[in-house]
Amino acid sequence: MNFPVQELLKLAAKGGFVLGFVAVSAMFLIWLERKVSAWIQNRKGPMMTGPQGAFQSVADTVKLLLKENIVPSGADFFIWWLAPFFVAIPAVMAFVCMPFGPHHIVYDLNVGILYICSITSVSVLGIFMAGWGSNNKYSLLGGMRSAAQIISYEVPLLLSVLVVVMEAGTVSMQGIVHAQEPGWFILKPNVMVAFLIYLISATAEVNRVPFDIPEAESELVAGYHTEYSGMKFAMFFVAEYTNFFIISATTATLFFGGWLGPWAPSPVWFLLKAYGIVFFLMWVRWTLPRLRMDQMMTFAWKVLTPLALVNVLVTGWFLVRKG
Amino acid sequence: MLPDYIHITFFWLLGVIFVGAAFAVSWFIRPKAPSAVKCAPYECGEIVQGDSRVQFNIRFYLFALIFVIFDVEILFTIPWAVDFQQMGMTAYLEMVVFMLILAVGLAYAWKKGALEWQ
Repeated sequence: MNFPVQELLKLAAKGGFVLGFVAVSAMFLIWLERKVSAWIQNRKGPMMTGPQGAFQSVADTVKLLLKENIVPSGADFFIWWLAPFFVAIPAVMAFVCMPFGPHHIVYDLNVGILYICSITSVSVLGIFMAGWGSNNKYSLLGGMRSAAQIISYEVPLLLSVLVVVMEAGTVSMQGIVHAQEPGWFILKPNVMVAFLIYLISATAEVNRVPFDIPEAESELVAGYHTEYSGMKFAMFFVAEYTNFFIISATTATLFFGGWLGPWAPSPVWFLLKAYGIVFFLMWVRWTLPRLRMDQMMTFAWKVLTPLALVNVLVTGWFLVRKG
Repeated sequence: MLPDYIHITFFWLLGVIFVGAAFAVSWFIRPKAPSAVKCAPYECGEIVQGDSRVQFNIRFYLFALIFVIFDVEILFTIPWAVDFQQMGMTAYLEMVVFMLILAVGLAYAWKKGALEWQ
């Protein structure tokens, strides 16, 4: 058998690029979040390191590298130590079929969106392991709430993805983008409903305000990562912001035509759309108050899930009548 | 062509390297000076009371059960969603029946109070 050296090298190069992108994107998003929040609250945000505090995240990374690692007494060490892996690895793995452009994709898996949804939901295991392993009441509460919230919002999320799959007739990410060549899916009224459900559930999936009960700083300290310091904490943070980018990029791909766009090269369009959604979600975070636990769970099961089910059936009806 | 799952395995490996390398680098350069007080679980400065792994609300378990049912259902629906336009009205009506059964299940859970959070 001929060993495919060239293809393996290509894969390694793509992998290196993705790792670089994950690191830089997370640092950029953390800086952006601080700047956007400052701007919304009429402050300045980080200003000291570099122009407009642009190197603040680099400084933070160096600081976190030098921080002492504190193992909480009574922690279940192995589970506690393994949790950052379970949270960060799925965030890297989701990039396998993220379509940056017609040829700028690591590999267009034929299960595309299904793969992204399933691999990103593995991180709930890591979150729960962190909560359980820390031997800290806040961590356990945060981990439990987080697990309940993530699995509850998974249902409307997948049902709204289903509507896009029905419209596109494929689950491959590139296939979904190509299906939008006549017009973005967001322009169809049924997909617009799916988009709203998707955006709300995705915000809940990554534990952002208004769904940040698992990490509610004022009641739970920091939720499941209370007992983590140094690089382990940094891994949770990187994973959180990478997942944030992943949901925004997936939203751009499913509803806003992904890399499709005139004049500029396609990766530019893709990043522009993804970061546009990132900015919108940041705006939401710094505008809305936090929901209560019962409101959140009720909303997922009694409003979003029935609405998404009806939406799937209505979409099916129109597509079958048309086709 | 490389097989599909080589890519996924390779990216899993990259993730392990990414996290592992970060841990290794910080292990070499960080200070190590643990003490009993420093390592006590954080409870806002209070002395820790009892074990933190307490009994938990049964609600979490109920939600997990309902979630499993719906998640499996959606897995069944995805192959249908890809192909139902070619299969026409029959396939659509079958899915309506399938979803109605699920909706009845959800309505039952709702009526029984499994979706209430106290």
